[in-house]
Amino acid sequence: MLQELSWKVGGQQGEGIDSTGKTFSSSLNKMGYFIYSYRHFSSRIKGGHTNDKVRVSTVQRFSSADALDILLAFDQETIDFNGHELRPGGVVIADAKFNPTLPADIAKDVSLFSIPFTKIAEQNGAAIMKNMVALGATSFVMGLPPDFCAAELQSKFGKKSQKIVEQNLLAVKAGYEAMEQQGRTFPEFALAPATPDHHLLMIGNDAIGFGALAAGVRVMPAYPITPASDVMEYLIRQLPAVGGLVIQTEDEIAALNMTIGASYAGSRTLTATSGPGLSLMMEAIGLAGMTETPVVIVDTQRGGPSTGLPTKHEQSDMYAVLFGTHGEIPKIVLAPATAEECFYASVQSFNYAEQYQCPTLLITDLALSLASQSVMPFDYSKVTIDRGLLATAEDLAQVGPSDMFKRYERLENGVSPRVFPGQKGGLHHVTGVEHNEIGRPDEGAANHVKMMDKRLGKLKDVELPGSVSYRGAQDPDVLLVAVGSSYGPISEALDRLEAAGLSVGHAHVHVLSPFPVKSLSQRMQRARQVIVVESNATGQLFHLMRFYGLSHAEMSSYTKYDGTPFLPREVEEKVRGLMIAWQR
Amino acid sequence: MATVKEFRNSIRPNWCPGCGDFAVQAAMQRALGNLDLEPENVAIISGIGCSGRISGYVNAYGFHGVHGRSLPVAQGVKLANRKLTVLAAGGDGDGFGIGLNHFMHAVRRNMDITYIVMDNQIYGLTKGQHSPTSSFGFKAKTTPAGNIENSISPLQVSLAAGITYLAQGFSHDVNQLTELIQGGIEHKGFSLINVFSPCVTYNKVNTYEWYKEHTVNLNQFADYNPLDRGAAIAKVIETDGLCTGLIFKDTEKPVFEDLVKGYQDAPIVDQDLTLGQERFDRIMAEFA
Ligand SMILES: Cc1ncc(C[n+]2csc(CCOP(=O)(O)OP(=O)(O)O)c2C)c(N)n1
Ligand code: SF4
Repeated sequence: MLQELSWKVGGQQGEGIDSTGKTFSSSLNKMGYFIYSYRHFSSRIKGGHTNDKVRVSTVQRFSSADALDILLAFDQETIDFNGHELRPGGVVIADAKFNPTLPADIAKDVSLFSIPFTKIAEQNGAAIMKNMVALGATSFVMGLPPDFCAAELQSKFGKKSQKIVEQNLLAVKAGYEAMEQQGRTFPEFALAPATPDHHLLMIGNDAIGFGALAAGVRVMPAYPITPASDVMEYLIRQLPAVGGLVIQTEDEIAALNMTIGASYAGSRTLTATSGPGLSLMMEAIGLAGMTETPVVIVDTQRGGPSTGLPTKHEQSDMYAVLFGTHGEIPKIVLAPATAEECFYASVQSFNYAEQYQCPTLLITDLALSLASQSVMPFDYSKVTIDRGLLATAEDLAQVGPSDMFKRYERLENGVSPRVFPGQKGGLHHVTGVEHNEIGRPDEGAANHVKMMDKRLGKLKDVELPGSVSYRGAQDPDVLLVAVGSSYGPISEALDRLEAAGLSVGHAHVHVLSPFPVKSLSQRMQRARQVIVVESNATGQLFHLMRFYGLSHAEMSSYTKYDGTPFLPREVEEKVRGLMIAWQR
Repeated sequence: MATVKEFRNSIRPNWCPGCGDFAVQAAMQRALGNLDLEPENVAIISGIGCSGRISGYVNAYGFHGVHGRSLPVAQGVKLANRKLTVLAAGGDGDGFGIGLNHFMHAVRRNMDITYIVMDNQIYGLTKGQHSPTSSFGFKAKTTPAGNIENSISPLQVSLAAGITYLAQGFSHDVNQLTELIQGGIEHKGFSLINVFSPCVTYNKVNTYEWYKEHTVNLNQFADYNPLDRGAAIAKVIETDGLCTGLIFKDTEKPVFEDLVKGYQDAPIVDQDLTLGQERFDRIMAEFA
């Protein structure tokens, strides 16, 4: 019995590939399996190859599998493009309509089943149900009952019409029977029983949106961009019920300036974007830093530079996020690794932003933002709302009638109390020009030094909790350092290497600013060799570590920048290769 | 009861003596006082330029942002606290050059914000470059042979974008300007008060005298009806944009805030932000 199975459906964009993958994933998630599903898509809406690769497992996974077991094809391109991912013994189930064939190089290792998806669908009511027929064929191979997707179809179409649900289920059943009639059984594809646990299925962007909602966000000004738009779309659905709103601005410059305005006036506010939008926000990031206005900015990294690879994975905004904006300001940068962490980091980002009164960036990568993952239900008792230092009624009562409130009074840790417009006694000025305690412009030398120290002091010597997580041997021969969604493939590689008796560790960075020098340094000291694994061309994390003074005699960079996330096998092979070279 | 005095502060503006912006400051303070508003309920958001300093010269909550972006900040403030009186202010470069995009969108969004542009047809703070409202042929540091670009017409642009309150004032006439600003604040919706506010230092063409000579007060036209968009457009064209007074007003169009689904009368800033276990569970169940 298989503990896990990897399945992919492919075809032309606009053909319902997404919904096929989603029905499959959601159904199995509902049955208690853990899902990790990653979509391949392009910047076209109709046409162009698309596929959804779904991993079904009895344990939680945060990465695609190395190889495919089953490929469901709606066109020949799907087979030609993805066939090589199949493991020996894998199967292709394809629509007979296009007379599918196997490329010569894989023909002897995998088997092809040509099933008339479209024809069967037509016989059952409509050609669009070919996806359901295909799911039925899949269920037979996997030893699932043909009604495995009944609950999902019910929740998807039940409200619309019971007839649609029934028709779809009949199509699934017909597909199941057509596969059965092929005269082969597939005991090798039978899945081990699922856990009885109840999981949620979501993408990282949903988790960020939900986290923001739980944190009390009320305003989200943003401009659409892949792969960030889902955060907007999620909150568009949710905010009206709590009296908040999403506003689609004219550009990202407006989005962040509006975020600043709303936050200054007292709302918890966020915006979300990706590389090109982040570039447009740079000036306003500085304004937020200078005026000590808390803002949360989500940057979902995609392939750069420029428009780059809008629908592909990369981790190449780290420099921009950390060093972007002219001048010097404090910034908090959180980099969650999983959808679950996206939720809690999103909640926490609002607290940090208000506690430290500085721009707080939540950065993801495309795989984290868009891959669906099964997660355990979130714990509401862990959701706290801490608005940071606010002026009390007594503070405000003490302000004389012709005095201004000392919004930038330098308290011990550099954080000063906030007031919101509308509060009596709180009048003060806010400006991006260097200013004094009451916010009045003051370009004097001594004042500038004092205020720079005040602002930068807020994060001086701070290392936020949970900045680095660690798994593996305490004194590893090889220490892998990574950030973001690479957590998934690296964890798996680590498990395999450890199982093979190798001494490996994985330090994962969850906070990029303030940079966790102390925690990383401790880990690096205990390792014989350090490999920094990341999805970009120049080794940004590697160089950041150097920049912050982290060094090691045996430190190397392992990068991948072809637009796809790491696979566990790649990391595993890299480490094995290095260890062999090193033992020589 | 607040009066003009409450809106004055002790800061001495760093404007050149004679700068048109002094009159705008005075008119703003008077309008706010006349409307009996409390300084803490007023937020003034300004851009960068000589004019942009105005948010520091009126006793109210003031936010001096970056160049060209006062309107996005002002709209954010309004969204978080719809009970505030929100004013935005800046120069012609700020509003119609670098910030024109935001201006057009703020107009069509129609939030209840009053925008005051101190239009001196030049870049003052950066010492005398031409601006988007500089006339064709105008000589400035950056147009030594005369401006070869056509100037933008803030009034035509506003009308084209569907503005709901449009007025133009002149720093020489503080009484009229006060009335126009007051009208803008009272108007429920987005209003622009474009003010001919001479830069006495860098613009030697568009001086007080020049404006006095070239502008007409719309009061002179007894039958002028500012509720008629067509008439407004015609008058703006007829006067080549050199008219003062209330140009157009649309009292029918709903404001953005009233159209937002689920948006409450109570300002967001006053809301309880906790979701509560029950609601949390309900929302989480959507991912099951
Ligand atoms: C992004 C950016 N670009 C350029 C500048 C420089 N700058 C400051 S004010 C200004 C123009 C000022 O003209 P205007 O907005 O008409 O205001 P005035 O000074 O005439 O009142 C410029 C170009 C800046 N502050 N920010
Ligand atoms: S330079 Fe011109 S706009 Fe600036 S303060 Fe002087 S007169 Fe006014």
